[in-house]
Amino acid sequence: MSYHITRKTEDQSSGVEYAITKGKYAPDENGYYGRFGGAYIPEMLHRNVEELRTKYLDIIYDPSFQKEYQQLLQDYVGRPTPLYFAQRLSKQYGAQLFLKREDLCHTGAHKVNNTVGQILLAQRLGKKRIIAETGAGQHGVATATVCALKGIECIVYMGEKDIQRQAPNVARMKMLGAKVIPAISGSKTLKDATNEAIRDWMAHPNDTHYIIGSVVGPHPYPDMVARFQSVISKEIRWQLKEKTGSELPQKVIACVGGGSNAAGAFYHFLDETSVELIAVEAAGEGVNSGKSAATTQLGRDGILHGSRSLVMQTEDGQVVEPHSISAGLDYPGIGPMHAHLYDSGRAKFLCVTDEDALKASFEVAKLEGIIPALETGHAFSALRQLELKETDNIVICLSGRGDKDLATYMKVMEQNAEL
Amino acid sequence: MSRINDLFARKNKRVLNVYCTAGYPQLDSTIEVTASLKAAGADLIELGMPYSDPLADGPVIQASGTIALQNGMTITKLFEQLKDFRNQISLPVILMGYVNPLIQYGFENFCAKAAEVGIDGLIIPDIPMYEFEKEYKAIMEKHGLDFIFLVTPETSEERIRKLDSLSSGFLYAVSSSSLTGSDKDFSPVESYLQRLQEMKLKNPVLVGFGIKDKSTFDIACKYTNGAIIGSAYIKAIEGGEDIEQKTKEFIGQVVN
Ligand SMILES: Cc1ncc(COP(=O)(O)O)c(C=O)c1O
Repeated sequence: MSYHITRKTEDQSSGVEYAITKGKYAPDENGYYGRFGGAYIPEMLHRNVEELRTKYLDIIYDPSFQKEYQQLLQDYVGRPTPLYFAQRLSKQYGAQLFLKREDLCHTGAHKVNNTVGQILLAQRLGKKRIIAETGAGQHGVATATVCALKGIECIVYMGEKDIQRQAPNVARMKMLGAKVIPAISGSKTLKDATNEAIRDWMAHPNDTHYIIGSVVGPHPYPDMVARFQSVISKEIRWQLKEKTGSELPQKVIACVGGGSNAAGAFYHFLDETSVELIAVEAAGEGVNSGKSAATTQLGRDGILHGSRSLVMQTEDGQVVEPHSISAGLDYPGIGPMHAHLYDSGRAKFLCVTDEDALKASFEVAKLEGIIPALETGHAFSALRQLELKETDNIVICLSGRGDKDLATYMKVMEQNAEL
Repeated sequence: MSRINDLFARKNKRVLNVYCTAGYPQLDSTIEVTASLKAAGADLIELGMPYSDPLADGPVIQASGTIALQNGMTITKLFEQLKDFRNQISLPVILMGYVNPLIQYGFENFCAKAAEVGIDGLIIPDIPMYEFEKEYKAIMEKHGLDFIFLVTPETSEERIRKLDSLSSGFLYAVSSSSLTGSDKDFSPVESYLQRLQEMKLKNPVLVGFGIKDKSTFDIACKYTNGAIIGSAYIKAIEGGEDIEQKTKEFIGQVVN
């Protein structure tokens, strides 16, 4: 705990302290995690990014911000989310498994922890217009939700292909009052939606805030989003202590698309070296199948969306289109913090195929009565790859619920009655 | 003296820089485009290296890049195409691109090769000032390449001066806080250009983004040393037939 400097907030009633981490794995002042991170942005973005960089910490740790943020997390998002001891699953895997129920957050995933934080930040920056990118639509829905809450204009960029694949979430965003703009450039998926959002931001240097959906993008986004998601591990610590007497589990497991739920689940354990951090990427149809999204396995150092990280790319440095059955993991990069955790060996990176993730989702549904998101299915499947001890306390970040994936699950049930 | 400095020493008004994506419209159009631009009266040529995720470009340039990539354009290929171009073309030529492909090629290698074929300078919009000074400046200087920074209407005076001091060749004034190829009303841009003019910067200033015809070129030239045309030229040579003739017509209607 020696690395945590804690600034007390006025309102401690929620029981959540806010730590400004100065730990070994925190970024330096230029946003570098080891050699990863930074802000590789064109001059047209400088004003917006610089404004954010110079103000985000002061705004976030201002007592009035904390008060409103805590209140919304509690009353609107439904925090703290339970840490649930999964009895039957524990028996199945021979360990003590605890599920951090981010699926019970309003809108069905952890994404809203970040969007609630960023909308309050945007208000304090005086912004009148919100833009966001989305892949599966979860972040788009979480953004549209908080914009409705605050009565702020919301524009969501979404790849043309994803708009077709994720019709229910497109409808939800529209019902929430957001405008969904198709990204028709490049490969017409998440990375292109991100490009379009960034371009929109360049064209609106004064009135617009860009709510990025994961721990990616130029500094300070990776750090800012990680802080907003860090409430996950903050709660895990006290909840686990209540349940087991110890704040520290043996392992924390989370899936990684850009890496925001993992960043949140790892955050307050980063400097606790006894806690093994396990990040699970999407192997798609297999790491070497050419249809995969396992960035640490397939990527090389590169620059994508404004930060230096591991990036899936051709030999010539063109970013490639990844594949995963779960749209939320279908991204050709990972946040710079995760690139550093991988590179330094602090976190262990595993990957899980489409098929194994599906199996795990069905297993959790049958054993625990919880239908997880496909992304989270990857985290569950990693249990099969680990050596577990009966006495191990293992926390799995249940990042989201599976409602959005029902169409995929239905198709699987049609094809395979056994699942 | 570098070719770019030499150009501005000879001509410091109405300098026309034309951008075209290398490998567009056809893979082997690069030299034909370059030669046609020279013949038509361009003063400086900016060759774009196509990239999958060109954040600072508008839809027309991105689409040309997508075509160039489909045509098989790579940095290696570009250097092959440019191997002997200095036998034909004496105009300053700069390369514009994004940093990721250059890192994969090897940044030092890239600069060495660019200098070897006779490239004069680089525009890499996603290398910001901090990274430039830390990692890239020394390498470019070693290979005698000019590096051109962008400034925008939102850039503070202090920062413009810093970017000017780090740039060589010229300074690229983005005409609006928008993207290449945008067709917004041009008049609000004038006060910004006037401000730049009054700052008496070290480098000549060329205006880019939104310059598409004689009237926008004239406005830009009123306050600065010249302008950069990209999207409008790319549209003009779409399809790839009669590049020489189309280039002549296009440039003719801009400069005359
Ligand atoms: C339920 C769920 N889990 C995980 C992710 C992956 O994102 P991240 O890696 O940022 O947590 C998503 C993204 O859409 C998601 O919806």
